[in-house]
Amino acid sequence: MTLDVTELTIRFGDRVVVDRLTFSVPDGARLGIVGESGSGKSLTTLAVLGLLPDRAEATGSVRLDGEELLGLPERRLARIRGRRIGAVFQDPLTSLDPLRTVGDQLAEPLRLHGLASRREARAEALRLAALVRLPEPEQAVRLYPHQLSGGQRQRVGIGAALAASPGLLLADEPTTALDVTIQAEVLDLFDRLVAETGASLVFVTHDLAVLARVCTDVLVLADGRAVETGSVERLLAAPQHLVTAALVAAARATSWTPAEGEA
Amino acid sequence: MSATWLRELLRRPAGAFGAAVLVLLVLCALVSLVWTPQDPFATDPFHRWQGPTAAHPFGTDGTGRDILSYVFAGTRTTVLVAVLSAAVAAVVGVVLAALGALGPRRLREPLAVLIDVLIAFPVLLIAIMLSAVLGPSLGVVVIATGIGFGVNIARVSRGEIRRVARTGYVLAARAAGLGPVRTLTDHVLPNTAPVLIVQLSLSAAVAVLAEAGLSFLGYGAPPSTPSWGRLLNDLQDYVTLYPLTVIWPGLAITVTVLAFNLFGDALREATDPRLVRSRSERTR
Amino acid sequence: MLRFLATRVALLLLGLLVAAVLIFAVLRVLPGDVAQVVGGTQASAAQVARIRSELGLDRPVVLQFLDWIGGVARLDLGRSLVTGSPVAAELGQKLEVTLPLAGLSLLFGLGLGLPLGVLSAVLHRRAGGFLIAAAAQLLAAVPVVFAGVLLILLLGSWLHLLPVQGFPLDGWRQPGRAFASLILPALTIGVVEGAVVLRFTRSATLEALGQDHVRAAAARGMTLNRALVVHGLPGVLLSVVSVIGLEIAALLVGAVVVEQLFQLPGVGRMLVADVGNRDLVKVQSELLVLTGLILVVGAVVDVVHRLVDPREREAA
Repeated sequence: MTLDVTELTIRFGDRVVVDRLTFSVPDGARLGIVGESGSGKSLTTLAVLGLLPDRAEATGSVRLDGEELLGLPERRLARIRGRRIGAVFQDPLTSLDPLRTVGDQLAEPLRLHGLASRREARAEALRLAALVRLPEPEQAVRLYPHQLSGGQRQRVGIGAALAASPGLLLADEPTTALDVTIQAEVLDLFDRLVAETGASLVFVTHDLAVLARVCTDVLVLADGRAVETGSVERLLAAPQHLVTAALVAAARATSWTPAEGEA
Repeated sequence: MSATWLRELLRRPAGAFGAAVLVLLVLCALVSLVWTPQDPFATDPFHRWQGPTAAHPFGTDGTGRDILSYVFAGTRTTVLVAVLSAAVAAVVGVVLAALGALGPRRLREPLAVLIDVLIAFPVLLIAIMLSAVLGPSLGVVVIATGIGFGVNIARVSRGEIRRVARTGYVLAARAAGLGPVRTLTDHVLPNTAPVLIVQLSLSAAVAVLAEAGLSFLGYGAPPSTPSWGRLLNDLQDYVTLYPLTVIWPGLAITVTVLAFNLFGDALREATDPRLVRSRSERTR
Repeated sequence: MLRFLATRVALLLLGLLVAAVLIFAVLRVLPGDVAQVVGGTQASAAQVARIRSELGLDRPVVLQFLDWIGGVARLDLGRSLVTGSPVAAELGQKLEVTLPLAGLSLLFGLGLGLPLGVLSAVLHRRAGGFLIAAAAQLLAAVPVVFAGVLLILLLGSWLHLLPVQGFPLDGWRQPGRAFASLILPALTIGVVEGAVVLRFTRSATLEALGQDHVRAAAARGMTLNRALVVHGLPGVLLSVVSVIGLEIAALLVGAVVVEQLFQLPGVGRMLVADVGNRDLVKVQSELLVLTGLILVVGAVVDVVHRLVDPREREAA
């Protein structure tokens, strides 16, 4: 599934937070959007989903397989969300409904899009729990979010995002709230599942090192503008922009970097 | 706590309205001590139940008293009850909260239970209970609101006091040898002030409503004190006959309580850094 | 869960005991010579002495308290100082008015406050949402008496829709008439308390609107409004339930005033009359029953909350 974002601008009143952003994600591609907090990267994913806060106003164009999403009525958008675009959010604790079981939430997209009956949903929840490697899926689906660890919760988030086999997966800082060791496991899961489903991926993060593990291409955002774009290898080896260089340095300092990044 | 929150407060329509009404109320109360349009207690058997006229813009009651003058004079009772009640509530609330948050460890649990039980005593029930032994008076209203709402203040501010007491600068002050009482007065209370002031505004609103309710039940101000609550009570018996008269004291109470509530709400928004911050940062 | 239940019941009993001690202290210890208070300033020395012995006031205070509490445990609330009739029987009769009144008020309050609170939050960017919130802010400032007077004018006098005052003498023998006479008083309390519920519901719903999991649910394939209803409202309801305990206190206070205004023979009106008669034996039992109701409802709400919320259920 291809995503084409053209001249996307997001405003809060007079304040421009995303400024004429243009990028595209070809079918099966994996694009990482990287930038510091406040650079507008999270708002970009929300704009694609049509879930911007009320006060934000988006102009420009967001097309999914050629179909314009910006300005689409909420009901039409709801049919696209979860079915054609899956989304994983930052904080796995607050992103899950504390009053619903894991199984309920895993299979919810299937129920919402009429892809499974109540009975089938139960089996699907089990399948998804196993798919994202939740320990003891039989029990896990009956648990509530607070009974899971942070990494397990994010596995639930990923399972729910992929439940209806969307062609595009949006991930907004999905590993930021996790411990470093858990991060690595969840990133591996991402890598494997995206490869298996063949979905296109947009992965938003502030951490180039994380991005390098799952993405092939990078878009660097600063103050709502795209300052640099290219393949991961090229950017790590020869950052052109100051912001990129700083992000590369930060990634090197805090964690591992791929061998080719070290010259 | 400086001029910035005042500007924030007055920038909000609710805050500006609340502040304006409260200033007006205090002015009326002060003026009424030396001047009222007419004698609020003067009866006039020939002009009973007058509708609005030039001489009596709000009309007259069943004894021919000028309702405008009476309502005007009633502001001083309202202001007095509101201010005193808030003061008593503040003392009760702060003492209970400070003891509950910072006092001897043995005391904290029993205090928490006591506060939970006292919450079940609404202001009006406390007032009725006190009236049974002390007789009706404004003092009963003040004490009842002070205790009844003071407990609420204690519950709300206990957590806040505990939070402030654990901050770095308070721990540093204590480590430097500052005693518990000085720590409370010098560091903890100033930093919990925003929460407290909001609660005081709300307790004033509760006091005005309680005075109205108690005067209606016959336990409020003595007849020699002009009171909106009692006027409302005097007039409501004839509401179906002279519906226009009863509007005035009811409106006066409503607008005053509304002003205290709006003032408190606006103050909370203006002084709560979390609210101010979260509004601009939530989406990033 | 059983352990939680046991501690909650223990806490409730402790609360009732503390309440009883407080009431007793204010009514029987604080005034000094209770017999003088009961007899009034005009009572002769002989009358005061007679009251003193009748009340057992010559015995130690602790024993007097234990007598009272022992009686309460056996549902024996003593006898009126004025009429000599048993308090428990009369109180039971009055509760037949006050409890339905409080229940109906709660129903009106929640019925108005919950849906309008959610609506005003969902529409918070539009004029309609603002108007609802402003109306609630205004109504929350109206004294119960004034609200009652306005409703009498509007629904009783002008529209002639409902009976305005009183309660059928034969009580609930004619359920229809008895019920009808409770509607206007309950609506009075319900409108004022509903405004409070509305404001609370509104802020809880606004919070829910900004919650990550509501947005995440919308991202799985529903409209934001539906996500709010399916994944946000259960949490809102849960937090509204947690304040119902305090709401009951406000309802009962409202009932005291409203029973007076509408001349309903309930506990509130009985309390006001007995305070006027300085019938302290009745007053102390009435106050204990009212605060007891508030404490019991608070405990029940706690338990329900614990049962419904999976996060707390686990902890229990």
